[in-house]
Amino acid sequence: MARVRPGEAANPAPPTVQRIRVRFAKRGRLRFLSHRDIARAFERAVRRAGVPVSHSHGFSPHPRLSWIGAAPTGAASEAEYLEIGLTREVDPAELVEALDRALPSGLDVLEAVVATPPALADRIDAVRWAIELPGVAEGELRTAVDALLAEESVVIERVTPSGRKQIDVRKALVKATVVTASNGPGLATGTAAVAGCAILTAVVRQTTPAVRPDDVLGALDVVAGLTPPVPARATRMAQGLLDDSGDLADPLGTDRVTAQV
Amino acid sequence: MTSVFPDLEPLLPRVSKPVQYVGGELNAQVADEDEWDATPVRWALMYPDAYEVGLPNQGVMILYEVLNERPDALAERCYAVWPDLEALMREHRVPAFTVDGHRPVGDFDVLGVSFSTELGYTNLLTTLDLAGVPLHTADRDETHPVVLMGGHAAFNPEPMADFVDVVALGDGEEVVGDITDVVREWKAEGRPGGRAELLDRLAITDGCYVPARYEVSYGDDGGIAAVEPVGGAPRSVQKRTTRDLDEWPYPKAPLVPLAETVHERASVEIFRGCTRGCRFCQAGMITRPVRERSLQGIGEMVDSAVRASGFDEVGLLSLSSADHSEIAEITKGLADRYEGSNTSLSLPSTRVDAFNIDLANEISRNGRRSGLTFAPEGGSERIRRVINKMVSEEDLIRTVSEAFAQGWRQVKLYFMCGLPTEEDEDVLEIAGMAHRVIKAGRAASGHNDVRCTISIGGFVPKPHTPFQWAAQAHPDVVDERLRKLREAVNSDRRLGRNVGMRYHDGKPSLIEGLLARGDRRVGRVVERVWREGGRFDGWSEHFSFERWTESAEAELGPLGVSLDWFTTRERDRDEVLPWDHLDSGLERDWLWDDWQEALAGGEQDDCRWTPCFDCGVCPSTGQDIQVGPSGTQLIPLTVANPVGGNRFGSA
Repeated sequence: MARVRPGEAANPAPPTVQRIRVRFAKRGRLRFLSHRDIARAFERAVRRAGVPVSHSHGFSPHPRLSWIGAAPTGAASEAEYLEIGLTREVDPAELVEALDRALPSGLDVLEAVVATPPALADRIDAVRWAIELPGVAEGELRTAVDALLAEESVVIERVTPSGRKQIDVRKALVKATVVTASNGPGLATGTAAVAGCAILTAVVRQTTPAVRPDDVLGALDVVAGLTPPVPARATRMAQGLLDDSGDLADPLGTDRVTAQV
Repeated sequence: MTSVFPDLEPLLPRVSKPVQYVGGELNAQVADEDEWDATPVRWALMYPDAYEVGLPNQGVMILYEVLNERPDALAERCYAVWPDLEALMREHRVPAFTVDGHRPVGDFDVLGVSFSTELGYTNLLTTLDLAGVPLHTADRDETHPVVLMGGHAAFNPEPMADFVDVVALGDGEEVVGDITDVVREWKAEGRPGGRAELLDRLAITDGCYVPARYEVSYGDDGGIAAVEPVGGAPRSVQKRTTRDLDEWPYPKAPLVPLAETVHERASVEIFRGCTRGCRFCQAGMITRPVRERSLQGIGEMVDSAVRASGFDEVGLLSLSSADHSEIAEITKGLADRYEGSNTSLSLPSTRVDAFNIDLANEISRNGRRSGLTFAPEGGSERIRRVINKMVSEEDLIRTVSEAFAQGWRQVKLYFMCGLPTEEDEDVLEIAGMAHRVIKAGRAASGHNDVRCTISIGGFVPKPHTPFQWAAQAHPDVVDERLRKLREAVNSDRRLGRNVGMRYHDGKPSLIEGLLARGDRRVGRVVERVWREGGRFDGWSEHFSFERWTESAEAELGPLGVSLDWFTTRERDRDEVLPWDHLDSGLERDWLWDDWQEALAGGEQDDCRWTPCFDCGVCPSTGQDIQVGPSGTQLIPLTVANPVGGNRFGSA
């Protein structure tokens, strides 16, 4: 038995030989998970699934899971990403299946690819949101969105743990369109969409601090006095690099492995 | 429609930590509509505190699985909701719900509540009210759930007698099945006699106490004159005792929360009961006799829990885990099994005299080397004799010296203040002990960077212990002693700066004391406090001492008793105690003799390794102590990936 002496590495962990990028969704009632909750759920899931995840060294070894800008608590997402360090090469398709099975329903693993340069963070500079606004008429929303787009700058204030922050929503907003939900499933909830529910699709450039769906709604309130009667439900539909037409390039590129779900 | 989730969901973005209300934990069980309709007895199991405290509770987890395995029962869970959500639920008329199916609590047949502490009482009233269930048992009819109270506080449920229908005494594994049988049969027969007959039937079920079937009368001195059963209820109710823990290997698949909770680990109870005989310890008294789980049983449970949960820490639970007769084999076997897998072991309760450094090394072999924690409980040797916690300072200093020599950096020590016969000097000796720990640590480690944290709680006399007759110390006395202790700790700057001191003021302890040893009249205080906004009394930011003292004065004053009468007053031998008709197995005469022995500073041995001293539990429960060696082995599972098997084909 190896006794640990002061000054020695407590855990001479095997090195990382492969990194895999994973896209996953946060759906239904699990949209209320915070980033910390999701990180814990994945740490346990990789253990249950037997994924040979590598660990940091030291007295308190942690599994090597790296995260890219998490969707806020309360927002659903179809496009969350993380990177997993592994001590052995694995088949990404197998990883998708095993990890998905080990996670609670609502945290759904969608695809995985072997990581290649450049870094994931360098492949994302914008987000596309779909914001469902039950009880808001399409025409009313369209008017408000047009008013917002007509401005050059719309600043709102957000209270954060580190104080009040001024955020220019209009500057970050690349594109905004309005549709009315058909009778398909609701985006964020997986339950039936409210008939006639207006949906705002917004492409927002990554900024610091990030412009969140609530901020976009705050800006609509500022320019047009739009106040939804019930809380809106936001879903992050995609992340990626902006192209000239305001669309987003898939950050996992062409090496995708689709989940068998 | 039975799920209230569509009504709840729009409220969740407006409350703190909404994830605690959504359920969906790994290993949670939700019945669909067909199962719900086809299952005769549906239980809502409540832990009356916040989700982050309630979810890891072993009692609820065990009963949740036991009930859900039965074909005639199902169980869902609920927890106390924070005031922010409570206000929104009232505004939008959303009833109390379970986190599994989000079904209204009022739709269940039984609402079972596990009280580990009396400070959760007001939270049950919130849930009943939000569920649309009348607060008082007398106002309920057969459309309402049976409100059942269990847990350690159930050994004196009298302050809750107006609010609960049934109290389950002792181990829960078997009694929930018996209650299920009674409710199922009564429903199948067409609910004959309505709710009254159901309670009559439960009143004669083993381990079940129906407060409404007992009449309490009071004497001129303010004390209880008599407690009389009515309608065929037994004179005394005896607690239930699960005989063979190996036959009840629960939880098999522990709930894995999505939200952050107070314990993030898989827990396996390695034995139940304790005969160390610490006189302050209600848990040790009411859970006797000692029943050990076998080595093989423990090995299987740990394997099952780790596989099913993915937790990276396994807690080996009991009241004093290092006392398991095969603890060395357990810890070595598990450390071998999980070698190299980043799975750590913890022994949450260890006595310094049962502990040794080999054990400590096995525990930390595969994981984190966190601090060591011990509970001497009393600062002076004299007070430790009074409370019968016979650990010597020499043992403590020897153990911590070894630990510091092996690379540990921190030791935590737990104490109580306000113990019977305690004087200032008994408490001030805590400072000396902490200073000597630092000195020993510096000498053993060869450097100055060692730390000792002393954590001090106010002592609350509890029913079914030798201290049930004792006067509780007034909060002012406790606060003053702790102030002097802080001075004494800091009197030597060089040593004192490495000592941390943690304590709470003595006021919540006094209220806990009122509820712990109160009788039915205290129920009025609970209700008044709740009506005036009392919630989450175990949380300092919600607890209001003034609300309790004012309510106690208003409700108890007219009855000729008071907060002091219930707490700081010493009882005499002949006084009828509110829980005398509830039988924990302990002989009342033995408890009294042990109380007198305490006052004389006399020790009592542990019957596991000395002759029986006739506490009365074994003959009363028909169950002898069960200690090893069990003759079994911890199966040496040497899997390369102990958690998920070999899915990725590792060698």
